[in-house]
Amino acid sequence: MKYQYRIIYKKNEPLRYTGNLDVHKIWERSFRRSKLPLAYSEGFHPQPRIQQASPLPLGFLSEYEMLDVYLTEEMDSIGLQTTIQEKVPLGLEILTIEQITNKEPALQVQVKAVEYKVFFLDPINENDVNEKIKNLMEKEKILRVRRKKEYDLRPLINQLELVTTATQPYLQMNLKSQEGATGRPEEVLSELGFSLEDTRIIRTMIYRSN
Amino acid sequence: MIFRVKLDLFSSFLSVEKGVHLFSNKTVSEKLERILPLVEKPGRYVGGEYNVVYKDWEITDTKIALIFPDIYDIGLSNLGLQILYEMLNDRPDILAERAYSPWVDMEAKLRENKIPLYALESKTPLKEFDILAFTLPYETLYTNALNLIDLAQLPLYAKDRDDRNTPLLIAGGHATYNPEPIADFFDVFLLGEGEDILFDVIKVYQSWKKTDQAKSTLLEKLASIAGVYVPSFYEPEYNPDGTINNINRTKSYAPTTVTKRIVGTLPTAPKKFIVPSIDIVHNRIAVEIMRGCTRGCRFCHAGMINRPIRERTIDEIIETIQIALDNTGFEEIALLSLSSSDYSNIVDLVDQIGSHFAGENLTVSLPSLRIETFSIDLMEKLKGARQGGFTLAPEAATDRMRSIINKPISEDQLLTTAYEIFNRGWQTIKLYFMIGHPSETIEDVQAIVELCKKVLQVGKKAIGNRAKVHAGVSTFVPKPHTPFQWVATDSINQITEKQALLRQELRGKGLKLTWNDPRETMLEAWLSRGDRRLSKVIYTAWKNGVKFDAWQDFHNYDTWIKAFEENGLDPSFYTTRSRGIDETFPWEHLNAGVKKSYLVKEYENSLALILRDDCREQCFACGIIQNFGDIRRENPGPVWKCPEIKNKVSMA
Repeated sequence: MKYQYRIIYKKNEPLRYTGNLDVHKIWERSFRRSKLPLAYSEGFHPQPRIQQASPLPLGFLSEYEMLDVYLTEEMDSIGLQTTIQEKVPLGLEILTIEQITNKEPALQVQVKAVEYKVFFLDPINENDVNEKIKNLMEKEKILRVRRKKEYDLRPLINQLELVTTATQPYLQMNLKSQEGATGRPEEVLSELGFSLEDTRIIRTMIYRSN
Repeated sequence: MIFRVKLDLFSSFLSVEKGVHLFSNKTVSEKLERILPLVEKPGRYVGGEYNVVYKDWEITDTKIALIFPDIYDIGLSNLGLQILYEMLNDRPDILAERAYSPWVDMEAKLRENKIPLYALESKTPLKEFDILAFTLPYETLYTNALNLIDLAQLPLYAKDRDDRNTPLLIAGGHATYNPEPIADFFDVFLLGEGEDILFDVIKVYQSWKKTDQAKSTLLEKLASIAGVYVPSFYEPEYNPDGTINNINRTKSYAPTTVTKRIVGTLPTAPKKFIVPSIDIVHNRIAVEIMRGCTRGCRFCHAGMINRPIRERTIDEIIETIQIALDNTGFEEIALLSLSSSDYSNIVDLVDQIGSHFAGENLTVSLPSLRIETFSIDLMEKLKGARQGGFTLAPEAATDRMRSIINKPISEDQLLTTAYEIFNRGWQTIKLYFMIGHPSETIEDVQAIVELCKKVLQVGKKAIGNRAKVHAGVSTFVPKPHTPFQWVATDSINQITEKQALLRQELRGKGLKLTWNDPRETMLEAWLSRGDRRLSKVIYTAWKNGVKFDAWQDFHNYDTWIKAFEENGLDPSFYTTRSRGIDETFPWEHLNAGVKKSYLVKEYENSLALILRDDCREQCFACGIIQNFGDIRRENPGPVWKCPEIKNKVSMA
């Protein structure tokens, strides 16, 4: 019998430059430090059963990451959260843990769209950016090339707007994220004329099918 | 007053989470935020790993940066640095942080933006620490050390750092047993094991810091600590032929000889290993099961300078692993020693590890096993996994060479062991050999070829065409404080000729050969037995862009040769020249614990092809008991393998 638990967490500095595979390893080690009864895969090299919903690119921060872990014993979710939070490195902050009892398709398959906030390291001209967004969203097609293949970015953008706040304006974008149809923030930024290193990108939500 | 600039990217985060008080320097953190996306593996430069220690800079007396001048990926797992990090941070009045060499892309960005190199924990520039403590395990780090001092925005030469407010630069490690080539750049070298001596140094530093005395006074006080070598208190005097006539003391209070420090009992092993947030070379718990070696291989620097043997008990090793696993969540454990098979209760140890950690999906590695079928039993007990090869180190392939280097192995036994290794499921055997001893002939090299082929043949007999032999043939570099400190290094031509033979013969299905670039060997050879005049050469080479000498794809050679020319020195003086038995060496005033008379005797034995036994069977009076008799008396019993000392012995 295996028990499935879903962890929603934030990825903060100083883990900003820890890539997806390494984040996986960090969770694995955090669970072992927490002495959880991890369920392992079968086979010659058994691995703990851990699944991430959607890989976060290197250099992105996140306010909403999702991961499933399987245990061989049933545990109390609240107690689990306290136990694990003490054993994670700086930069991982657990928001919730819940037990998943219904049978669900694999987490990666459920993801439909992802939302990001993009802050600018330099001052921007808001009117200018709004104008660019308007032009971009009015286009029927935004043809680009990724890995030598042409694709259309436009249908991958569900939503794109500049949010003005009292402190700092930021871009909010909702991009499709499904197999074979994933929009990337840096591609949208490049269409707007910004380069990645002049921004700070934070994932704010992962939308799933159900 | 020094104005402290803080480079904290994460100040707000840290101060909330860990109560660390940090100033923020907006400009610099903005700069770093823009730099990091542009460099390879930016996770090397941010710190924040699990088990790092954050201390309050403002209220901690003494700030030490532990520095490993190679990239993070290599430096993080260095056991010496981990030992000191834990021991120092256990003290409430001391704060220890870490720094490594930035890779070339990050270095360019730091220089371009005038950001001084900083320590990973608090992002404080290194130049604001009290003490910068370098670990130098190999000579090829010397140029990186210089580069790092420069990146810290400190003057390179010790004489230019006489200001009280510049940090004290100290260095220790295997490559500082002859520190003469880098003598001009460091204030102090610590000879031997760092565990006690570093605290003695800190104690003296702390009381000096309370005064307003000059830095020279600090050095004078440090020189009175056993094992502390202050190079500026000595001045070599050269003969017309470039050899040393005498090493003169420039200060009367400097000791004539500085003897290395040892600990009588191994201090508690580290248990809170820093767990990196990115993938690095060795992701594991390392437990030193014993220190030292009794085998007496004549080429082996580590075997000579790490004497005597001191073992940890099985209970301590098991406890260390258990606590370290709880603290880290690591999945791999390495049991470290120079010769695992020689650990007194190796079978017990392996059995107990097996029963204690069964079912935990751990990988346990046990390097340096003797060539005997018993070693296979040990490996099998540790884990069924046969991925990777089984490594054996015969070093030489003829009985003559084995007698010269004092590593006797019977060919029959090697082949029997090899057959059994293949038979029990391994498909690859890695064989380590060494070429380049001046007594070696081309026939000795040919014998390496034959032996590898014989091993492959027994492999085929056992498992057919799946059998593979991987020969790793390194080139011998004569090291100071060993019986081979007198012998010549092979010339590039000799090495190339030997390697050509190996490359010609060791190919085809099932055979693989790796070797060292002979130019890299030359560099290691110049630096290993170099004198103080090399400081200028190292400086010139560095100035002309040399760094990361330890890295493959060695392209610094020409710059090094030019640096020798520019300073009027002949590189072959340090390599292909054989030394007379009465030559005064640049390290003559430094005592690594073994007596010169013992080294001479062993050198003579090698010339006469005389083998000497493991010294735990019979003591050959290498000098350890003579130098450290008191410590042996205080630490009786079988933990040391040296003879017991019952009563005070007179040294006359």
